[in-house]
Amino acid sequence: MSESTPTRPEADRIRALLETESDEIKENTRLFNAARYDAVEAVGAETHEQYRTRAREIKEKSIERLPDLIHRTRTAVEANGGTVYVADDAEDANRYITRVVADEGADSVVKSKSMTTEEIDLNDALEADGFDVWETDLGEFVIQVAEESPSHIVGPSLHKSREEITALFEREFEPDEPLDSAQKLTAFAREFLGERIDEADVGITGANFVMAESGSIALVTNEGNARKCASIPDTHVAVAGIEKIIPSIAELEPFAGLISRSATGQDVPQYLSLLTPPVDTPTIDFDRADEPGFGGGDADREFHLVLIDNGRRAMRRDEELRETLYCIRCGACANSCANFQSVGGHAFGGETYTGGIATGWEAGIEGLDVAAEFNDLCTGCSRCVNACPVKIDIPWINTVVRDRINRGKDPGFDDLLVDGLVPDEEGSGTPLRKRFFGNFETVARLGSATAPLSNALASTGVARKSMESVLGVDARRDLPAFERTTLRKWARSRDPNVEDPVRRVVLYPDVYTNHVRTERGKAAVRVLEALGCEVVVPDVGGSGRAPLSQGMIATAERKARSAAESLLPYLEDGYDVVVVEPSDIAMFRREYEKLLPAGAYERIDEGSYEILEFVYGLLENDGDIDALPAGNGAGIAYHSHCQQRTLGLESYTETVLERLGYDVLTSDVECCGMAGSFGYKSEYYDLSMDVGETLAEQFEPAADERTVVASGTSCMEQLDSLLSPGTRHPIELLDPVGREDETPNGTSPLRKS
Amino acid sequence: MSAGSVREFQQSLADLDTASTVVSPDEFETELEDIIETPAVGAELPFDDPSLSDLPVQLEPSPAQLREAVTGVTGARMGIASLGTVAVESRSRGDEFVALYPACHVVVVRERDIRADLSDAFSWLRAEFEAGRQSLILATGPSSTGDMGALVQGVHGPEEVHIVIIRDNE
Repeated sequence: MSESTPTRPEADRIRALLETESDEIKENTRLFNAARYDAVEAVGAETHEQYRTRAREIKEKSIERLPDLIHRTRTAVEANGGTVYVADDAEDANRYITRVVADEGADSVVKSKSMTTEEIDLNDALEADGFDVWETDLGEFVIQVAEESPSHIVGPSLHKSREEITALFEREFEPDEPLDSAQKLTAFAREFLGERIDEADVGITGANFVMAESGSIALVTNEGNARKCASIPDTHVAVAGIEKIIPSIAELEPFAGLISRSATGQDVPQYLSLLTPPVDTPTIDFDRADEPGFGGGDADREFHLVLIDNGRRAMRRDEELRETLYCIRCGACANSCANFQSVGGHAFGGETYTGGIATGWEAGIEGLDVAAEFNDLCTGCSRCVNACPVKIDIPWINTVVRDRINRGKDPGFDDLLVDGLVPDEEGSGTPLRKRFFGNFETVARLGSATAPLSNALASTGVARKSMESVLGVDARRDLPAFERTTLRKWARSRDPNVEDPVRRVVLYPDVYTNHVRTERGKAAVRVLEALGCEVVVPDVGGSGRAPLSQGMIATAERKARSAAESLLPYLEDGYDVVVVEPSDIAMFRREYEKLLPAGAYERIDEGSYEILEFVYGLLENDGDIDALPAGNGAGIAYHSHCQQRTLGLESYTETVLERLGYDVLTSDVECCGMAGSFGYKSEYYDLSMDVGETLAEQFEPAADERTVVASGTSCMEQLDSLLSPGTRHPIELLDPVGREDETPNGTSPLRKS
Repeated sequence: MSAGSVREFQQSLADLDTASTVVSPDEFETELEDIIETPAVGAELPFDDPSLSDLPVQLEPSPAQLREAVTGVTGARMGIASLGTVAVESRSRGDEFVALYPACHVVVVRERDIRADLSDAFSWLRAEFEAGRQSLILATGPSSTGDMGALVQGVHGPEEVHIVIIRDNE
């Protein structure tokens, strides 16, 4: 097979992390994530949004005029009496910093948390030259003592429990008293590191922001270690990527609120240090402990700002990777990511950076090979999109990098066979499996045409085994069963009987609704008709979602153009486009901006609706709710869809169901874990089920009394496998005809044993 | 730039587990003496009046005194009512050390220097930067960490913060 990474080692690696680090990562990331939601609500969604817009603008402009800002920074820092060094790469930076440390005659260096110095492996370089290096952020200190790598941008030791840290410290430091509480561990570390800080000759910090006009840096910490590292040693070295520069203090304001709110849900950090070094704080000399005036030290303060390129200037020129440089390293993309919550940065991360945005960083700094190691863990669920304080389209970066990885692969034997068979635009080298999932529309068309034989054939043991070995489709997953009569065929065979329609509607026959879940499509047609709409189900191809999620951008683009060609004439004619599958409405409203000319995108974006959003609109405009069956207080357990939630469309379904008299319980997990093809892939099966388990835990206690409904096809598949089969789309509950075999509230999905 | 209220400032501080005391200029010395636990170190306040000179506070301390002190007293020329934040300037009097080493940091701020919110605080900051005062810490509550498995206060900075607000003379 042409997939260069065999799936088994990856599956083993993920399983191992699920057993060891998952509990801590889950607890901590979910705390951060919930705190972020609360903090945004407290400040007001609108205010938060204004800050995000302003922050985005500032970052865009700052990166645009970066050469000028570097120049201004240098001028200002030098005027203040400091030094600026712009390092081309890690080696260059390390050479400069070790020389500064050596010139100081230093023995030891203390550091406050800095991802940029992790990126350049500064500690290794300093230690190789014989200097003692101590990390003073407690999380970073734990990682240093454990000789591990950070598992999270903000909380490097997030994967470690208190008990593990106790065991680690007691083993390494052999303290007199047991360190069996967070208080004792903290007190121990404070004392131990306090001495290291007092002795150190050089303090190294990062910089969250660099302000060009005044030559200042901003440091965000809660522990106070950055304050000490910057003021106690006589020499301060601040290390920052060149992308950290903003024009002046005036531009810092939106970030001061956004960074902590996004990272930990705090209104502001404990300490926001605004330093314009060398600072006026006197030097302190602990060797003259009894001299007043802090030891009467008369040493000069020295300051070096080391600005690191290390691939960033190339990222700046790269249209697709550029927005990675807007990242302020808050970790919100990691905390809001269901996969990350389960496995953490030791799976979902590269050499340095972790979480969704790590793909951009690692691709830009280390290269595609490093990004390739974890890029597929982004399912494109888009939950990070609204979480990002600078509005980076993180799923898009992951898709672009996936596309580049695909294209970078050497063509294998399979491709020679496949190239002629599948209707995609991908170069040879794109893994066979990606092309299989990416061309699911073709599979579905064949599947329906040959159903039920195709379903019977696909479910045989032989077929499943070969699908697993050739395509990496996990044999534990139920496969979608194709309907012989597609939705389109069914629709063609009926007489539309709506006179004088209130709206004319194109029901978009997405691949799943057309070939697999036809029942929800039929229900949608009947509901729309009951509310006075004329409904057509025209011959429109796939939206491009399937190839896009495999990183097959050229194929997705072709699909998008073709779908637009079919839909635009209807839109021009006054039709509304109504979509059942949330991942497809998300294509129309979000991704098409990247795939289509602006005019076509805007027209489709404006004219398309999610099915329950549209029903809500009809009811708001005098639609007759009595035309739909009442809920009569029946209980519903509703799981919206990740991309639907990102678009803010979840509430329409809830509202409509409530108006009909249902009692609705809505899940609050970020994603069900299936995420399209993701959960079908062998190496991700366990992770997918682990993520889904959280959803199952929310619904299981209620499953006896409530009908389980979900908006997305893959969410339905996932819920079927976690609970009992029978998950339905909400539109099916509104169906005036209903299914003969059951009443809307008659199902009781019990958990699968 | 709008002024922030003492009441809101105190409420924000209470939310941060941070003590606060409101005093009149006349009561300042006696109240502060009550609050300060000795041995104490300090950095002379960044405004003309009042002064720490008659209080049991060691100004310009030796390193040993700094390490032994349980209380550190500094002033702040700005507080943020909505957040409970104070601005500690990095001055040659060593405010930064005094604010960091002792377990308890007592911060003196005048009512007239309290800004309403972060946006007002930034107006003030911009003016400060223009005036060439460009190094300060916006400090909010005690230092804290979650890195050791639970939230703990008092890491590399103070475990406890006490804000003393001096009422403006009417």
